Amino acid sequence: MSVSSPLPHDAARLHVTGAARYIDDIPTPRGTLHLAFGLSPVACGALEAMDLAAVRAAPGVVAVLTAADLPFANDVSPSIHDEPLLATDRVHYVGQPLFLVVAESHIAARRAAKLGDIRIAEEEPILTIDQALAADSRFEGGAVIWEKGDAASAIAASAHVVEGSFEIGGQEHFYLEGQAALALPQEGGDMVVHSSTQHPTEIQHKVAEALGLPMHGVRVEVRRMGGGFGGKESQGNALAVSCAVAARLTGRPCKMRYDRDDDMIITGKRHDFRISYRAGFDADGRIQGVEFLQYARCGWAQDLSLPVADRAMLHADSAYLLPNARIESHRLKTNTQSATAFRGFGGPQGMLGMERLMDHAAHQLGLEPVELRRRNYYAEAEEGGSAPAPAEPPRDISGQKKGAEKSARSALPQTTPYGMEVEDFALHGITAALLERCEYAARKRAVAEWNAQGGAIRKGIAFSPVKFGISFTLTHLNQAGALVHVYQDGSIHLNHGGTEMGQGLFQKVAQVAASRFGVGLEAVKITATDTGKVPNTSATAASSGSDLNGMAVQIACDELRGRMAAYLAAERQAAPEEVRFEAGAVHVGGATIPFAEAAQRCYQGRVGLSATGFYKTPKVSWDRVRGQGRPFYYFAYGAAVTEVAMDSRTGEYRILRADILHDAGASLNPALDIGQVEGGYVQGAGWLTTEELVWDDKGRLRTHAPSTYKIPAFSDQPDIFNVALWDGRNREDTVYRSKAVGEPPFMLGISAFLALSDAVASCGGGYPALDAPATPERVWAAVRRCAQ
Amino acid sequence: MELQGVAPTRTLLDWLREARGLTGTKEGCNEGDCGACTVMVRDATGARALNACILFLPQLHGKAVRTVEGLAGPDGQLHPVQQAMVDHHGNQCGFCTPGFVMSMAVAHLNGDRDHATTLAGNLCRCTGYVPILRAAEAAAAAPVPDWLAADGAFAAGGGDPIRPASADDLARAYAAQPEATLVAGATDVGLWVTKGLRDLDPVIFLAGCDDLKGVEETAEAIRIGAMTDMNTVRTALAPHFVSYAEMIRRYASTQVRAAATIGGNIANGSPIGDNPPALIALGASLHLRKGDARRVMPIEAFFLDYGKQDRAPGEFVEAVSIPRQPDRLKCYKLSKRFDQDISAVCGCFNITVEDGLVTAARIAFGGMAGIPKRARHVESALLGQPWEAGTIRMAGAGFDADFAPLSDMRASAAYRLETARAMLGRYFAEDRGDTGTVLEVSA
Repeated sequence: MSVSSPLPHDAARLHVTGAARYIDDIPTPRGTLHLAFGLSPVACGALEAMDLAAVRAAPGVVAVLTAADLPFANDVSPSIHDEPLLATDRVHYVGQPLFLVVAESHIAARRAAKLGDIRIAEEEPILTIDQALAADSRFEGGAVIWEKGDAASAIAASAHVVEGSFEIGGQEHFYLEGQAALALPQEGGDMVVHSSTQHPTEIQHKVAEALGLPMHGVRVEVRRMGGGFGGKESQGNALAVSCAVAARLTGRPCKMRYDRDDDMIITGKRHDFRISYRAGFDADGRIQGVEFLQYARCGWAQDLSLPVADRAMLHADSAYLLPNARIESHRLKTNTQSATAFRGFGGPQGMLGMERLMDHAAHQLGLEPVELRRRNYYAEAEEGGSAPAPAEPPRDISGQKKGAEKSARSALPQTTPYGMEVEDFALHGITAALLERCEYAARKRAVAEWNAQGGAIRKGIAFSPVKFGISFTLTHLNQAGALVHVYQDGSIHLNHGGTEMGQGLFQKVAQVAASRFGVGLEAVKITATDTGKVPNTSATAASSGSDLNGMAVQIACDELRGRMAAYLAAERQAAPEEVRFEAGAVHVGGATIPFAEAAQRCYQGRVGLSATGFYKTPKVSWDRVRGQGRPFYYFAYGAAVTEVAMDSRTGEYRILRADILHDAGASLNPALDIGQVEGGYVQGAGWLTTEELVWDDKGRLRTHAPSTYKIPAFSDQPDIFNVALWDGRNREDTVYRSKAVGEPPFMLGISAFLALSDAVASCGGGYPALDAPATPERVWAAVRRCAQ
Repeated sequence: MELQGVAPTRTLLDWLREARGLTGTKEGCNEGDCGACTVMVRDATGARALNACILFLPQLHGKAVRTVEGLAGPDGQLHPVQQAMVDHHGNQCGFCTPGFVMSMAVAHLNGDRDHATTLAGNLCRCTGYVPILRAAEAAAAAPVPDWLAADGAFAAGGGDPIRPASADDLARAYAAQPEATLVAGATDVGLWVTKGLRDLDPVIFLAGCDDLKGVEETAEAIRIGAMTDMNTVRTALAPHFVSYAEMIRRYASTQVRAAATIGGNIANGSPIGDNPPALIALGASLHLRKGDARRVMPIEAFFLDYGKQDRAPGEFVEAVSIPRQPDRLKCYKLSKRFDQDISAVCGCFNITVEDGLVTAARIAFGGMAGIPKRARHVESALLGQPWEAGTIRMAGAGFDADFAPLSDMRASAAYRLETARAMLGRYFAEDRGDTGTVLEVSA
């Protein structure tokens, strides 16, 4: 069966031969025009005048558009219509698009875009969290607060109180393919748009608004993206709308792609956060109550910041049962790029807040960090959570079973701070298995011995768990559609609402389709996502791609299978339920009919061989105002142990080894899933180590190219990297009992940050109190703090 | 083929994608930092991986270019590195993949199995690199496919005013047009065009000046021609100055080093170039030429002030020579990321100890001032003193007098100053047999 096979990415051969087409590779009709934005040079102020005569006179320029030239909506916001495509009376950040150049070539457009003479009455920008708090500059009026029990009283009554605050930097997506779109004008004013987007329906919607068309006048197609990571959930709107508007006005095809520096200057990034924590622990290290203050820097427009900040709150518990909790979230408005979706969608920041608290608590209470975590885990699910029962019951580091204490804690309701019961907790088993596999205890001793020598180079080792909630928290987004045709020669055309950005979604879904029909993958044609085939799709986001679209495809395939089975069974006086689709054939009434022949027979028998499938996630419901409900269908789990070496003189460090055990349920494709885990870990570690965004005091992003913004390079992969899947089935009825795997592994990178903290802690008695990203300079500074 | 009427600063990448419709080669950053545009370029000296985004067409005169479209066999059979990338799941979004397979194919052709180095210039955001490493290892033993055996006959370069064929030609051409921009490897000048959107006119391409390339060793000195690329410099210096060669390994990437020249790195006078501090610490001399007039100066004298060098109009760097000496040099390159990152601080230490006393000390830094600069106070504090911890502590105070570094997006002033000081301690500790850097530690 195709499902669960470790097949390569569907486009692997196209990728390695350079034949895979991205937006900028699509052959364009003669006369295609190219676009570029003129950008605001200042962060905040009134836009007084724009003299664009030099822009219009530049070689190759065909047209220059300002907000006044837009025929209909001037808005590319995915949420509350607060994001003009082109600035009107005010500018809100350095890099905001002010005018649009339409030219005969990409380079002509870029050159002309620099020639605008812009007069802005510059005002003092609000750039930092402190400045935003001082100015009370925020979205949603005030703070959002969710509570469980009485955290303040619980903390006051606790034996130990742990308290701190730290900064968490943002992150540039650095998808290798920059944002790009191509609009092709059609007869009657219709528009076809090719966009590098995770959200074709959103593109369709915004383009339709901008052209004054019903959505049926716009068709959006995307075959693949060269990486997305959330950065193409809403950030492609501006390019697609620009192309469509310019194509409408000129009657010519229009293409736009950002140069890398423009891409980094214009588009939103991961939200940076400040998180303050205060927690009470009993004498044994059990959390009694926690208070979190989360400050999110959202940038100038709302974009997706509210659900991002919500998800940070939803993951403030990380993997731990919090008997009393208070989580307060501030969504701050600043004169910087509008922060947007990025793999994990706020979850990583929320989770890091809790893991940082655990790290601090272990240091302060003198407890073994993994043991402290295990004592505070949710109780293992009765049915073994998402996996077969683990071989070993959880033990603490000294090997003692914690029977009595465990059961006392297990007696508490296993609910999150937002009132969702954790029914599938699997981390006790995963943790035990991982620690054993990676020889954690022995290596921890070896690290301590190394550090005891007192040399300049220190080592650190740390564990971190992941429990990540799967589903869109905006409940209505948890739906998907599919369209499947069986042609009369037995070949199958597959289409669904998900988009391919490298994660292997198309291959996994094709494996589902092939399995349903019992045919080889070569019988299944994967086709570009197309708003004309499947309407009203949700973004491929929230790790939901294969859960939602795989199910929709399965439903469509089963509909067709049912029709075929009914017809073929009737032909042979057999029962339809006994018809089997296996090994390239349909088995019915003792006969084996090759699938192609079966399709032909059905066609001749006038069986409809095209079907749609529709799926909506069951069980979820969520009241975000009260912060109560079941926002997630289930949780995905994982755990990592990372070992680092660090030079206390300069703060330079390396990841020496990482070991991961990750829960992908019954994997649809273990090779692709392991790819998500490996890549997610390295990307997560990058976020917390070398990837530093720096703005100056004028609000200019100083790290706007790979020369200054440092994502992990080849040699930053851990020297030793062991990744395995926790082989189990999802207790919920997902597609083939698999689990979502796009975002959860990203947070395994937290273990690298904690390992650095561990290494720094060996340099003195103080707590390292590292900020993120832990650049060499921050590590160096932490060493000095510790040693004092 | 012959190209006419093409702007001399047209990049190979734009030409491939826009004029030839060869879209397999990707633009990821347009500045030579991501490797998505990597192509194979061959000439009589061998095959190199180069970034097409900052490679001007005239630099390719007489050479053969092979893009990803030409990597598989004529019958569609995948090159071993392509097949290995498929087999080991080395591709996810696929956008970086053409650049990776081209870097891998060049390394495979050259029998180079130091994958961490040959692939340091290719960024991937999806995979975490692990499966790509597996693929590179898996393909290493496969024979070079016969369709890659040779890429035809190569022509000699140059012979016209914008492409001189020798140092003499260059001297004449540059004297006639002293306002011209000299283009050596274009790893810096390329960005003036792709990012600065500047018109460069006139330009003189030095790629054809073969007599400015190469490393010559005599009993007294190692003389490196200005047009010698940094990969060649690395290989040539490895037997003499181990730490310098290792620093060059981390300097930019394989693709950039294959284009970048030592003369260009010196002549553009960047305060954060990594060669000048090493060369200053080694007591190197710079050879300049204008017309037929030549002069030689200690290299540190070349750097006058930020953005200002002691180079007359029409004068160019001909060579740099390093006096032969015992290898006492350590180069400490400090950056956020180990590979392919511009230094926050680059400290180069060359300290001679005889009979327990410091008898010579040349210490130079990049990233600490507006120019590459010696730590004179530290040097004099060391000279004549016993080689011991107390001396190091005492001499370390000299950094405060020597440098007042800036804060920027790479590092703060305090970090720069304190790590510079710490590097002296590291040099001493390494000399005493301690582990030098985290690169030498394993789990």
